[in-house]
Order: sequence, then structure tokens, then C-alpha cells
Amino acid sequence: MAKATQPIMIDGVPLKEQLARAERRKKYIALGMVLPLLLFIIITFAIPILSMLFRSVDNPRMVTIVPNLVAALDDWDAVDLPSEQVFEIAFHDLTAAKKAGHLGKVSTHLNYSLSGGRSLILKTKRKFKKIKSGPYREAMIKSDKRWGDVHTWAVIKKVSVPYTARFFLNAVDRDYDDTGNVIQKPEEYRIYVTLFLRTLWISLGVTLMTLLIGYPIAYLISTTPPKISNLLIIMVLLPFWTSLLVRTTSWIVLLQTQGVLNDIMVWLGIISEQERIQMIFNLRGTLIAMTQILLPFMVLPMYSVMKTIPLYELRASQSLGANPFITFFRIFWPRSIPGIGAGGLLVFVLSVGYYITPALVGGSKGQMISNQIAFHMKSSLNWGLAAAMGTILLVAVLILYWLYDKVVGIDKMKLG
Amino acid sequence: MDTNQAEAYVSFNEVQKSYDGENLVVKDLNLGVQRGEFMTMLGPSGSGKTTCLMMLAGFETATSGEIMLDGTAINDVPPWKRDIGIVFQNYALFPHMTVRENLAYPLEVRKTPKAEINERVDKALGMVQLEGFSGRRPGQLSGGQQQRVAVARALVFEPKLVLMDEPLGALDKQLREQMQYEIKHIHENLGVTVVYVTHDQSEALTMSNRVCVFDDGVVQQVAPPDVLYEQPENAFVAQFIGENNTFVGTVKEASNGYCVAEVQTGESLKALAINIAGPGTRTTLSLRPERVSINPEAGTCDNSVQGTVKELIYLGDHIRARLELCGQDQFIVKVPNAARHSHLTEGESVVVGWHSEDCRALDAPA
Repeated sequence: MAKATQPIMIDGVPLKEQLARAERRKKYIALGMVLPLLLFIIITFAIPILSMLFRSVDNPRMVTIVPNLVAALDDWDAVDLPSEQVFEIAFHDLTAAKKAGHLGKVSTHLNYSLSGGRSLILKTKRKFKKIKSGPYREAMIKSDKRWGDVHTWAVIKKVSVPYTARFFLNAVDRDYDDTGNVIQKPEEYRIYVTLFLRTLWISLGVTLMTLLIGYPIAYLISTTPPKISNLLIIMVLLPFWTSLLVRTTSWIVLLQTQGVLNDIMVWLGIISEQERIQMIFNLRGTLIAMTQILLPFMVLPMYSVMKTIPLYELRASQSLGANPFITFFRIFWPRSIPGIGAGGLLVFVLSVGYYITPALVGGSKGQMISNQIAFHMKSSLNWGLAAAMGTILLVAVLILYWLYDKVVGIDKMKLG
Repeated sequence: MDTNQAEAYVSFNEVQKSYDGENLVVKDLNLGVQRGEFMTMLGPSGSGKTTCLMMLAGFETATSGEIMLDGTAINDVPPWKRDIGIVFQNYALFPHMTVRENLAYPLEVRKTPKAEINERVDKALGMVQLEGFSGRRPGQLSGGQQQRVAVARALVFEPKLVLMDEPLGALDKQLREQMQYEIKHIHENLGVTVVYVTHDQSEALTMSNRVCVFDDGVVQQVAPPDVLYEQPENAFVAQFIGENNTFVGTVKEASNGYCVAEVQTGESLKALAINIAGPGTRTTLSLRPERVSINPEAGTCDNSVQGTVKELIYLGDHIRARLELCGQDQFIVKVPNAARHSHLTEGESVVVGWHSEDCRALDAPA
């Protein structure tokens, strides 16, 4: 019998092709079913994230509004004052921008990096009308002597590059100096590194507190009979059915200086009227409220892992001579670690990006980086900086996932 | 029930167990296990045998009564201080530890010196022929290998007693039989006392020194396998162990250890009087299929009845014949497939005979 290299079907079509044909329909149906979700995610999730990532390095304003000036400054050495030629180009570009009504954008953009940048440009707007012809260098310096300062031109050159790491440097309290070296910002402008660190500590603190409070609860739920454990699970889930805003504001009612808890302590005589404790609108308030709100995210993954630890394994350990204490630490605890990992990761990731709760109960000391991102998105409109800070958070979280995968294995993660 | 209970190594004295305060799962249990004995608790599921084992292990408390081990009452001793090794139904190996770590665990918690741990673990691995597997995790072993590890782990710390709770239930038939012999040999070599729970009667007969048959929370009979099979004391044991033909009848007369009972259709059958209340009461007559002869020579059997062959099943070494006689159509006879033996045909009318000492008159059906 001759060996067939490829099995042939009766009608002469190779088996592989037939199989592909037979399975194709299934594939189309599967694709059709996920398509709405896929499109939804691409449009509302993937594209915004990509555009944010892009925005954190994108710097198009100067390049599009004053393109000739940007090109001319490209060749400038940033040591001596630019040549007459550059001044001439600057004059024409700025005049053109004025006519097009874009000068305001240039002034705002310059103002991020040059204090007084806005006034310089806006003043120029008025003074440039008087300049009819060259030499432009002298005329411009005459209109505002800051045009004679190398630093002004250096800043313009600096903010004119089409792609920049400046937003990222700003996000970690650093900037370029006039010659392009990375320097720390002046002391009084350094706020973001502190905020990033605070965000990190708050997230770690919340994770640790939810773990300390949640572990015994998860243990109890996983080891009690279903009748009681179902009730306990409902109690854990109960906060989920209440609005986040309501929960956060009820913490204000409870914890504020004239709040319920302080009233009770005064009434019981634990503290005097003057010693009322400031428990909210500070770091403490953020920690307490976030711990309460994120607790279910810790308890549920731990519970789902713990309930898979069979009773007979614990009994086996006891029968082998280990008392309940040793049994817990040598058998139960190691078996529950994937749950701790999953819950901890979830709570930490949620904490890192937490916004509403710190905004409401955090005061000034309990603010997190997300509050600054919101500020730059909504108030200062420095989207580049907001995007850079968001990107840093995203990368931090991705690194964390990667670490988790290396240490515990992402496939071991169980959520509910 | 057990004459040596006072000197028994393990004993249950009037033990009762109830989970809900209304029903007794174990009723007035008295049982003794001798040192070095292989005792099997056999019974259908829900008969209370596993509950007894768990009370012995300390995971269930006896509602009343006393449990003794090696001369001391252990009712109030927690499981981790009882020094009892247990082989669980689903092995209960620790999945996050290697085979070696699993075996070292009971020694480590006893603070045994490191060198001695290694030595004893190696010995235990050798005993179950798993020398090359010490670095593996339980998940990387087959069912039979996991079972061996579980047995080795229950023995490695030289416990006073080893309990096995249906340890072979999850294995396929061939492996189960092989493991039965292995466990039996380990028991013989080490001389350790074993209490074994199973619902598989052939397993119980194969492995045990004595078998304790449970039903409905009550011990029905405690006896060595051969006695249990050949001399069942009541209808439940006769029915539960091996195959059995039964007739329900009324006792007509009883004398010299024998009795005559009249069955539904009027025939009178002679049987050993084992467990009957006296003339006029109802009884269950029990007869093993292999003790029945077809068309016996006249005068050899003191019981003979006319029957009709209903069904024949060919089983190689013997033929299983289902007959209708004395008003019951589930009468089984095992006909040896010997060259000289006559062959039956379905529908044929035959004479069936047996010796009265092979037929036991037991308690009346419930």
C-alpha cells in the first residue's frame, strides 16, 4: 500500500482543507459574538489609552503654529543670541500666528516652561504692530528686552521639539535646563515625586490593612457551614450595593470633628470637648475610607482560594501530629497565598488609581496622584503632563502584574 | 460480643454517636481490636463505620461511652496527640510539598533530629517502592503512587495505630487488588495495628484478620473472614457477604441444633438452627449457591426440591443458573463447568438438593 503523504477525502479535497472549511463557520460565529465587545473595548478603552500614551510625548503646538521659527531654531547653538535672520523669521511667524488667532496657544504653551512667557507673547502682540521693517533684532529687543535674553530663546527652542520627554520629566519634578541637561526643579515646585510616593504608601497601607482585616473574615467564611457563610458573604458584599459616594460621605458624617464618633467619645468622657480628634480630611481619613471600600476586593479572592483547601488535608496534618497552630502555618497559610496575591494585587491596583475617595475625604494631606491627574485634565489643561503621570501609573501597574506573574503565576489568580 | 475486650488494644465501650440529637448514627458500640490485628469495618454507606473511624481519630466526639487506646481513654485527647496514622480516602497529601516533605512532615512536627528524619523517610520510601520519586509533588504522581505515599506517610512516624478510610476507593480494579496485597504485606511485615474501613466485601475478606460488619449503626457480627462467610449469624451478614439464596419460612420444630421450616409454597426444609426464636416464628433460611447440587444422587442430600431453570449465564469456569423453586425465582446455583457435569437447558425441570448443615436458619426479615 502506497503511503499517502496527505490524507485525501473521497471528493479529492485534502483533509486539512476540509477541516478548515468545516471549522470556519464556527470561527465566524465566535468572532461575531465577541465583535460588539471587541469594538466597544477598542473604541472606548484601547484607543483612548494609546492616545494618552502618545499625548505624553507629543508636542505639536509650536511645530504647527510657528513652523519656520522651529526650523530656524533647530540650527541655533543656544549659546549666543540668535542671528538677525532668526529674529526676522520669528517676527513673521508670530505675526502670522496672531492673524490666525493662535498666539494665545503659543503664550500658554510657553508659560508652562517660562515664567512670564504669557505676558511676553501677549505684550509682543501689541508692540509688533509698530515694527514695520528690519532690522528686527533691535526692534524686538526694543519692544521687550526679554527678547535679548538667550534664556528666552533657549526656552522657545526647548518647547518647540515635536516629541518631548519633558512631560515625563515634569511628572517627576525634573526639567531640561537651557542647554538640554536634565535638572531637578526648584525646591518649591517639587510636588509630584512626593505625591507618587504618597500614592505608593497609601496603596501599600490600604493593601496591608485590607489583608489584616480581610484574612480572618475570609478564613471564617471558608470554614463555616454554608448556612452561616452565605450570610457572611452577603455582609461582605453589602457595601457593593451602596453607592461609592454615599459610603464615602457617610465616613465624613462618622469621622469629622463634630461627627458621630467624636461625639460618642466626648459623651463617654474618653476625650474632652477640646481634644476632638481630626480623623478625616487628612491621610488618616483616606486610609480608613479606602480600606473599608476596598475590603471586599481582598476578601473575595482570598475566600475563593481558601474554600478550595480541603478539610481532610487539615485533618491529615493534625493526625500526623501537628497542632492547629502548626497546621495553619504549614498547610493552610501556604495554600492560601495565591488568594492573598490576587486580592493584594487587585486592591493595590485599584488603590493606585483611586480618585473620588481621596478627593472627598483626603483634605490636602490625603491627596493622591490621581487627583493631580484630574486637576491637569480639567483645570490646568496640561494634558501632556496628565498623560505622562497616567503613563507612569500604568507602567507601574504593568510591572506589578509582571512581578506577580513571575512570583505567583497569573493563572493562579482567582477572583470570586 | 468480644470476649477479650477488656485486654483489647483499641476498644469502644458502649459508644453512641448522634449528630442532630435525635437520631443515633452509632448505637451502643462495643468492639475490641487486638494489638497487631487488621480489623476491617465493613458496611453499606451510612452504616456508621466512617463515623466510628473519625471518633477513633478524634475528629468526631463520642456522644457517650468511652474509647480506649493502649490502656488509656482517648475521648479527651486531641487528634494531634493521639499518635494515630490515617490514610484518607482521597489521600490528603499536601500538594505544595514534595513527596519527601510530605513524609518528613510528621517527623518534623515531632522535632525528630534531621539525620533521623532522612533515614526514616528513605526507609518508608523503600517500603512502598518509591525511592526515585522523593522530589516530586503529589500532582505529578499517578493515583496508585499517591496512595503509596499516603500509606508511607501514615506509617513513617511509627504510630500506635493506623486507620484507613476506604483508601482504595479511587483506584481502578486491577490497581486496587494490587494495593490490597501490598497493604496486607506491609501490615504483616510491620505488625502494626490497622483499622480499615470499606464497603467492598471482597476487599474486607482479602485483607483482614477480622471483619466487623456494620448496619444501621449497629455491629452485626465480628469474625474472621472465613467464619463470616461460612457462618453468618444473621440475615443481613449472610446477604451482605457473598452471594446468597434465601427463603422466608415459619419454624415448625427445632431440636438438636436443627430445625424444620415450612416455606410459602408448603415445602418443609431442614436447616441449622442459628438464630431463631422458636417454633411458630418466622425465619430466613440462607444457602450459598455453591453448596447446591443439581440432580443429586438419591440419599446424598437431606433436602431436595423440584425446580425449573429460568436463565443460564455462561461465566467460563462456572455457569450461573437462575432457578424457580419454592415460590422464589431468584434461586442461584453455580454449576461447575466440569467435563463430567450434565448441561442444563432453559425451561428444564430439575431436582435441586443440599445438605441441611449448609443451610442456616437466621433471624426473620425486618
